[in-house]
Amino acid sequence: MSGDFVLIDNIPVQIDGEKNLLSLIRKAGIDLPTFCYYSELSVYGACRMCMVENKWGGMEAACCTPPKPGMEIYTNTPKLRRYRKMILELLLSNHCRDCTTCGKNGDCKLQELAGRFGINRVRFENTAEKPKLDSSSLCIERDLNKCILCGDCVRMCDEVQNVGAIDFMYRGSKMTVGTTFNVPISETVCVGCGQCAAVCPTGAIVVKNDVSKIWKVLNDPSIKVIVQIAPAVRVGIGDKLGAKPGENLMGKIVAALKRMGVDEVFDTATGADLTVMEESNELLGRLESDEKLPLFTSCCPAWVQYVEKKHPELLANVSTCRSPMEMFGSVLKEENKKSDRRVVVIAVMPCTAKKFEAARDEFKVDGEPYIDYVITTQELIQMIQEAGIIFSELEPEAIDMPFGTQSGAGVIFGVTGGVTEAVIRRLSENKSASALRAIAFNGVRGMEGLKETTIQYEDREVKIAIVSGLRNAENLIQKMKKGESHYDFVEVMACPGGCVCGAGQPITNLEGKKKRSVGLYASDKMCSIKRSEENPVVTALYSGLLKGKAHKLLHVKYQKEETAE
Amino acid sequence: MSPSCDFAKLDEILENHKYDPGNIIAILQDTQEVYHYLPKEIFDYYSEKLGMSRARIFSIATFYENFSLEPKGKYVIKICNGTACHVRKSMPILEQLRKDLNLSEQKKTTDDLLFTVETVSCLGACGLAPALTVNDEVFGMMTPEKATELVNQLKGENADAAE
Repeated sequence: MSGDFVLIDNIPVQIDGEKNLLSLIRKAGIDLPTFCYYSELSVYGACRMCMVENKWGGMEAACCTPPKPGMEIYTNTPKLRRYRKMILELLLSNHCRDCTTCGKNGDCKLQELAGRFGINRVRFENTAEKPKLDSSSLCIERDLNKCILCGDCVRMCDEVQNVGAIDFMYRGSKMTVGTTFNVPISETVCVGCGQCAAVCPTGAIVVKNDVSKIWKVLNDPSIKVIVQIAPAVRVGIGDKLGAKPGENLMGKIVAALKRMGVDEVFDTATGADLTVMEESNELLGRLESDEKLPLFTSCCPAWVQYVEKKHPELLANVSTCRSPMEMFGSVLKEENKKSDRRVVVIAVMPCTAKKFEAARDEFKVDGEPYIDYVITTQELIQMIQEAGIIFSELEPEAIDMPFGTQSGAGVIFGVTGGVTEAVIRRLSENKSASALRAIAFNGVRGMEGLKETTIQYEDREVKIAIVSGLRNAENLIQKMKKGESHYDFVEVMACPGGCVCGAGQPITNLEGKKKRSVGLYASDKMCSIKRSEENPVVTALYSGLLKGKAHKLLHVKYQKEETAE
Repeated sequence: MSPSCDFAKLDEILENHKYDPGNIIAILQDTQEVYHYLPKEIFDYYSEKLGMSRARIFSIATFYENFSLEPKGKYVIKICNGTACHVRKSMPILEQLRKDLNLSEQKKTTDDLLFTVETVSCLGACGLAPALTVNDEVFGMMTPEKATELVNQLKGENADAAE
């Protein structure tokens, strides 16, 4: 046998650039259990579930052992089974085991592995103190009784998002994941992106659940309920409802919402079209005056909070445009101003930070918010299941008038680079099909954390950067501050990959995330209208409802800006 | 921010450690040297100056037993409770000191911020057992009576210094 093989359970497996034994073992078709391993995070080796035995009977954690040619390892020996069961039993011993009432019920790694390894009793009494639930944040909820100290949230918050709101505190048996001086999470630098909840293997960090509030308004006949659905939701929802990953299920979502008693359903992509119009104008204005460049996008509420908390000096560079959700919310409230019923606008979002955005004072008039409630894709799935609706059998339905059209440019907002592509389509003078294709291949698409492109606008070269993941955004800011790079327009999405990978979406792997973005680009192709300015709803709004009020209804001044200056 | 923290002093500490986040433990040690504990204000300040998260600094400060987040007295008395000191009756000394100073296991520092009484696992002065230290000065062959005497002497010193 040539040297580049590892013998896994007596089967030779070729090393193909794998960084650790774990990936090699998984490539060989063995689902080695882990709690603390994520390929996008650093290797931590805390959970010890991925232990393997070598030919001398020694034990190694597969996640932090590089594969070497000639290794002989075993993944399922009596010793390993005993070890794994013991680890699970010890983890369960001080774990709140109220599985049936847990937000992660059915989705929990600990529950899954306890089942897989047949843990049918726990011999040890739980003597741990019972920390209180931290429900201070509008986006996430922390329950330390369910924490297994894998550190996934800590590494996500620090390494990928550069926020660092939480870390390991204290030591030994007293160790917890916590905030500085144990203050509630809402008082920290947390931006609400929810990525910690997305990687948490248990119910220790979950997305705040607002489903009961939605049922309440749906069952009240005196309330007119309007729902808007974000682009990313339609390609993420199917993961849990038996559809193919990345399939566009907008029609079925509309049908499901109608069955639940929603009066009108719209597409946030229509709001995104308004954003494209406003943001392009803003960019042109700033290019002309050569002031406050680069222009940062403002669609992502976690990014806006990041700027407020970490770079208040950059707030003036953030676009004054409201996010598509808020733009559309104010339009919907304005349109229904004279309604004889109380109007409640609900947004279905792939995002946890949107819950915070909707509650911001900037988006309230006399205490009345433009968006009354935000629920995530996962919460909508829960509602569909609770209502007993068999999703696969639903007949797709169209969204309602008068806002029943949206452009492909609005739809692709859900993926990193989408906002930029939409703005370029708007600014490009050449409106031919080939020009459209050229934009798509100009470096705006793909899941990379940093993408760069340039466009020619009149006689000026406009330099554009697209980042997703706040660590990437921070690196870009530092490079700009040092003068190493210069941009005119920067799109920032807090979640790596953009909204399709938001923390409110069903959890999936990188492959699944890619399929979601493919799904959105396919939906764009199926849209008859490709550019925001060609959307008749947009034209009608500017000459009607928005006339003379566009700035008031579509822009925002974040309050912190004044204190920062 | 609180006037209890002199930021010029903190800057000097940071300067000595070249503003390197890798030196955070040494930076915290030097800070504790000055204040006898880690004041709350330093977490925000160091976080900003070193470019590391407040939570990470707090994590390090709570990991090491030696760092204190509570203000400590002018005289920190550490009673050794290592094996040698323990068998030579260090515990009655601790009890005596707590009784004299009206302290307990939970309340380690006197209200006038003069004394802090805590235990330590081994001072490495087993030959002098039972031993205790006052601000790093070692006192060996202690008894409860000698401890009371020592406290009174320290009180006197402090009063003299105040005059």
